[in-house]
Amino acid sequence: MNPPLLSVEDLSVEFRTREGVVQALDRVGFTVAKGETVGIVGESGSGKSVTALAIMGILHPAARVTAGRAVFGGLDLLAASERQRQEYRGRELSMIFQNPRTALNPIRTVGRQISDVLLRHANAPRAKVKTRAVELLARVQIPDAERRFDAYPFELSGGMCQRVMIALAIACAPALIIADEPTTGLDVTTQAGILDLLDELRTTTRTATILITHDLGLAAERCDRIVVMHAGHVVESASARALFSAPRHPYTARLIASTPRPGVKLAELTPITGAVPDLRGDLTPCRYRTRCERAADICDEPPLPRAEVATDHMVACRSPL
Amino acid sequence: MLWDNGRTSVAGGPERSSSGPSPALLDVRALTKRFPVRGTAHEVHAVDDVTFTIAPGESVGLVGESGCGKSTLVKLIARLLDPTDGRIYFDGKDLGAIPAERFARAPARARIQMVFQDPADSLNPRFTAFDAIADPIRRLGDEPRGTLRRRVEEIAELIGLPYALLGRYPHQLSGGQQQRVGIGRAVALRPSLLILDEPTSALDVSVQAVILHLLADLRERLGMAYLFVSHDLNVVRMVTGRVLVMYLGKVVETGPADAIFDRPAHPYTRALVSAVPVLDARRRRERVRLSGEPRSPIDPSPSTCRFFGRCPDGFEHCEREMPVLRPITPDHLAACFLGGDAPRG
Repeated sequence: MNPPLLSVEDLSVEFRTREGVVQALDRVGFTVAKGETVGIVGESGSGKSVTALAIMGILHPAARVTAGRAVFGGLDLLAASERQRQEYRGRELSMIFQNPRTALNPIRTVGRQISDVLLRHANAPRAKVKTRAVELLARVQIPDAERRFDAYPFELSGGMCQRVMIALAIACAPALIIADEPTTGLDVTTQAGILDLLDELRTTTRTATILITHDLGLAAERCDRIVVMHAGHVVESASARALFSAPRHPYTARLIASTPRPGVKLAELTPITGAVPDLRGDLTPCRYRTRCERAADICDEPPLPRAEVATDHMVACRSPL
Repeated sequence: MLWDNGRTSVAGGPERSSSGPSPALLDVRALTKRFPVRGTAHEVHAVDDVTFTIAPGESVGLVGESGCGKSTLVKLIARLLDPTDGRIYFDGKDLGAIPAERFARAPARARIQMVFQDPADSLNPRFTAFDAIADPIRRLGDEPRGTLRRRVEEIAELIGLPYALLGRYPHQLSGGQQQRVGIGRAVALRPSLLILDEPTSALDVSVQAVILHLLADLRERLGMAYLFVSHDLNVVRMVTGRVLVMYLGKVVETGPADAIFDRPAHPYTRALVSAVPVLDARRRRERVRLSGEPRSPIDPSPSTCRFFGRCPDGFEHCEREMPVLRPITPDHLAACFLGGDAPRG
């Protein structure tokens, strides 16, 4: 088997806060192959975004990577110098943020923002930059791209701004795009259009994507493989088909059972008990323990197992389903 | 009382008064709201000739994309905005005739309440949970001061909020607890109609399930009717009996929730329903893709279907005549010339 495009191994991240050290990620690991779409799902506070920011090397200054590697194209991004990382970001590795209106520069036209990326990362000759930027706007299906080049973000709808974000992300034909909730807050029809665009990029350029979402339906429809996170742990990872048809971790099963979906009545919709635990101080090996209906004494024995229960199906549980 | 004033309720002319109030709890007729575009003679047609009813205790869903007029319609019904034209009968009384600025103190205010999308934004950060729930009772209720605490505690019990949390401020509560407070203040006066504007879209699925159960339980116990606005169609299908689909200010389809989702008749509804991500691969259906850009809501042509240009099934006639809601089955209506027989895909 070819080495994966991105291999995240034992990634641990801490945040120093006034109230103590938050163990935001604990030994997070997963891989992304070329051209693959990997979904990261879980509740708020599960560490999905922190994982993305750590890979990109843009964590908050209060955060510290305490262990682990993120090997991308032979380079460990976590050990690389800031200068090396800058060469990767934008060119090989790019990110689409949740709220395009706040992620785009409000006082710079969208065309200028795309040109900036082309000049900085693609070594595009200045004379050709505008043509390339307009091409990119057209590629992300922005109607009347020539005219929209001079538009400011506030003049565009949320869906159009997200298309501009994608244009920025694909400007240098990166090998991996990390999309953090790229369609949250958009209409379903707009959402479908944006995701179609990402799908199309994948088929035409073999771009790999990490899609971070809290929408299981969306993950099921758009991803090849799914990584389920809870409280800074990867609790399960498998192909989308295996994960949703036969989840093995109790948390995955509860997450599915709490998701409204066709054919399920409200009475059958079951909430997940408890909340994501406080990640400060001493934590049990399994961080789902207090919420889990299958919990037993054995669950308190360290370390948390990360077992391969089937080919390419990892579960971090002492008594999987 | 204002709405007993005969002159205001027949202000639309004698032909209006003959069609009179109906037994519906909420009876919205030809409701229209236009906003002037500043510095021009143009107008945005936000809500255009919308007619529907909600029966006592009924749960009705309102769906459509951003900018379709959902929020304006909700604000008109909650009487935060004055309509340009049309009628809003609530329990047979013409609420539309009461100016929005006076409605805040009208007795009917107590009977129409709202739950907002983001409880963190919609709760007063300087109010404890107790104050948030007590505020509407103090303003509009007739609770003697001595029993106010008892009353608030009753509501806390109803919404499943531990008494111990009543002294907390919004930032000291979790998202789910905040939304319980948001619901608590809305049901404090035992309204007959609760307008829920994306009540769970700021919450995680695990918490969403809890809140949806709470809302279903409250509706049963208090006999309230719901107008449930959401763009999560999976949720709407689960919690409403009937659905209204809006597109650029118009209701383009309405019917029982199952009919809307299983047999959508309007091409827009078909596109909307087919775009909803579905977990179960066996239940996925072929996507109806929309092309082109939505028409402008500014001075739209009264004789062109609002969906024309974006509609996969549009033909010449759609540009010459505005389709009106027509029955597909007795309780399922769609505003499309193709009447549900449009070619698929």
